[in-house]
Amino acid sequence: MTSKTMSLLKLTVNNHPGVLSHVCGLFARRSYNLEAVMVRPVAGSTLPRSRMWLLVNEEQRLQQLIRQTEKLVDVISVERHELAGSVFEQTEEFFV
Amino acid sequence: MPDSALDPESRTQQLTGAQLLIRLLERQGVTHIAGIPGGANLPMYDALTSSSIKHVLARHEQGAGFIAQGMARASGAAQVCFASSGPGASNLITAVADAKLDSVPLIAITGQVPQAMIGTDAFQEIDTFGLMLPITKHNWMVRSAQALLEVIPQAFEIALSDRPGPVSIDIPKDVQNELITVDTLPEPGKALPCPVLEEAHVEAMLTRIWQAQRPILMIGGGIIYADASQALIEFAEKLDIPVVQTFMGLGVLPSDHPLSLGMLGMHGARYTNLVLEECDLVVGLGVRFDDRATGRVAEFCPKATIIHVDIDHSEIDKIIPSALAIRADVGEVLHTANFMLEANVRPVWRNRVDQLKQSYPLILDGENELFRPYGAIKTIASLLDDSVNITTDVGQHQMWVAQAYPINRPRQWASSGGLGTMGFGLPAAIGMALAQPERKVICFSGDGSLMMNLQELATAAEQDLDIKVVILNNQHLGLVRQQQTLFYESNLSAVKFHAKVDFAKAAEAMGLKGIDLGIVDSPLDELKNALLQPGPWVINLPICETEMVYPMVAPGGANRDMICGASA
Repeated sequence: MTSKTMSLLKLTVNNHPGVLSHVCGLFARRSYNLEAVMVRPVAGSTLPRSRMWLLVNEEQRLQQLIRQTEKLVDVISVERHELAGSVFEQTEEFFV
Repeated sequence: MPDSALDPESRTQQLTGAQLLIRLLERQGVTHIAGIPGGANLPMYDALTSSSIKHVLARHEQGAGFIAQGMARASGAAQVCFASSGPGASNLITAVADAKLDSVPLIAITGQVPQAMIGTDAFQEIDTFGLMLPITKHNWMVRSAQALLEVIPQAFEIALSDRPGPVSIDIPKDVQNELITVDTLPEPGKALPCPVLEEAHVEAMLTRIWQAQRPILMIGGGIIYADASQALIEFAEKLDIPVVQTFMGLGVLPSDHPLSLGMLGMHGARYTNLVLEECDLVVGLGVRFDDRATGRVAEFCPKATIIHVDIDHSEIDKIIPSALAIRADVGEVLHTANFMLEANVRPVWRNRVDQLKQSYPLILDGENELFRPYGAIKTIASLLDDSVNITTDVGQHQMWVAQAYPINRPRQWASSGGLGTMGFGLPAAIGMALAQPERKVICFSGDGSLMMNLQELATAAEQDLDIKVVILNNQHLGLVRQQQTLFYESNLSAVKFHAKVDFAKAAEAMGLKGIDLGIVDSPLDELKNALLQPGPWVINLPICETEMVYPMVAPGGANRDMICGASA
């Protein structure tokens, strides 16, 4: 899973219906390779927010992918993160 | 409950969701809504009868979408179309997708089955939210009347901010009927301020321009949407830089401006594309480097570095890596630059450009013959002035008009650029005429395209608008025929209409005036009469099916490899 071409993105998004569709729809229609998704509401937030972790396989088009994602109205922020110790590494045992 | 009847803005009032919607649209300054009623938007239409907003009843929802687009393209304001659920919504799809690709602020409001029935395959239920999602800037399913207070202003804000575009709002019938007590109505939504421009970026751009020997400005629809045409002309003139326009940028420079090199790309003039072969700097201003403009990207402007100015961050470096990129309002960049720059002249480069222009001119074969494409377009232009608005459909006639009609002011020109939707021209002309009733609209069409929204002739007649539909009629899908001729060894497949349609009679049947110039004694006099009389007309002008749009770059080919036909 932790191939060198993978990137990990941390999204903060509005937590209301349709947000997951907007994010996944963008990836599908621009044919960005999305390897894994993990979404949950942000604990303890006063605003209705969710956190989405995305594992993407798009080395070449990563900047383009991030800019397109940032344009989505319900996406509040997009950050790049290190793969090591990520939520995907820690939950590998659930996906065997 | 406090009695505040003297202050209508803060009066507590009970409204249905539909009444609230109409009230919010009025506050946005909406004067016309194009649409079609149906089962799932009946409450909206019930509320509309007591509104100042004028409804324009289209004959197909796609027509309604393009009527709203025509109003938006002419005015720059966001415009609204209505449709019911199911087929009403799905019929809107093409007009919404078209608005996305050409960055038009369109607000599509659809009825939906009641929330309790969503997901049951109810009568006229489709997933409008899901269908609109990939073709809008943003879209909503409104789940309460209360939510309209937030969604409607936000919809206008999003449609108009940064790079404009369409939004869609799906409203279930129970939400339209829900009673809500409203104290104060929200402020109307409007465009947000653009990101702050750093002057250092403009300085860096000017430095690169001063260093360049053979610069070119490549300008697009972004200049028009930023209302920056005058600033662009000042910028180009002060720095003495020739300008190529994309299809969407036509009208920014008057067509006879000494710095204008016309349209670039697939059907650009030979000299235009050849100048781009030699230039050493391309300044892209409000453009997105569409494939019809660039040709094969790897061979686009092979000697040039690229500066890219655009409000949409995701367009920067999407197609072509730029040496310098400025994410900002292009108008602000130009105003700032005009203030900072030192005027310059470039006699060597201008001479070289003039030389190319003389050696490789745009040849408009048959431009003096009425029944040849360029001749028809030039004749019509000669009978009219710059006050008229121009729409087209999609195909050969569209490219002939883009090449030959003198489009001399911004927003004079409305044509489906990105999506290339046949059927755009007539309803868009209706919209332009509604937005600017003082201007005549010429819709250039083909016999293939016009049939795709022919029913809107009845709408044009009903509204009694000053629209002239000119059909360059070759009884073929001409641009497909052209491609089959050039790239499929003339193996013509499914491009001829064997049944001849009498368009003049079809127009008369729908309440317009119609004339077939091919069967009258004095076609030029009849053409002049039809164009100059007020009111809706259909003018059929027969042309030969072997007419071609030249030059042409093969799809996927490099812009230097132009097919020029026998005339070149």
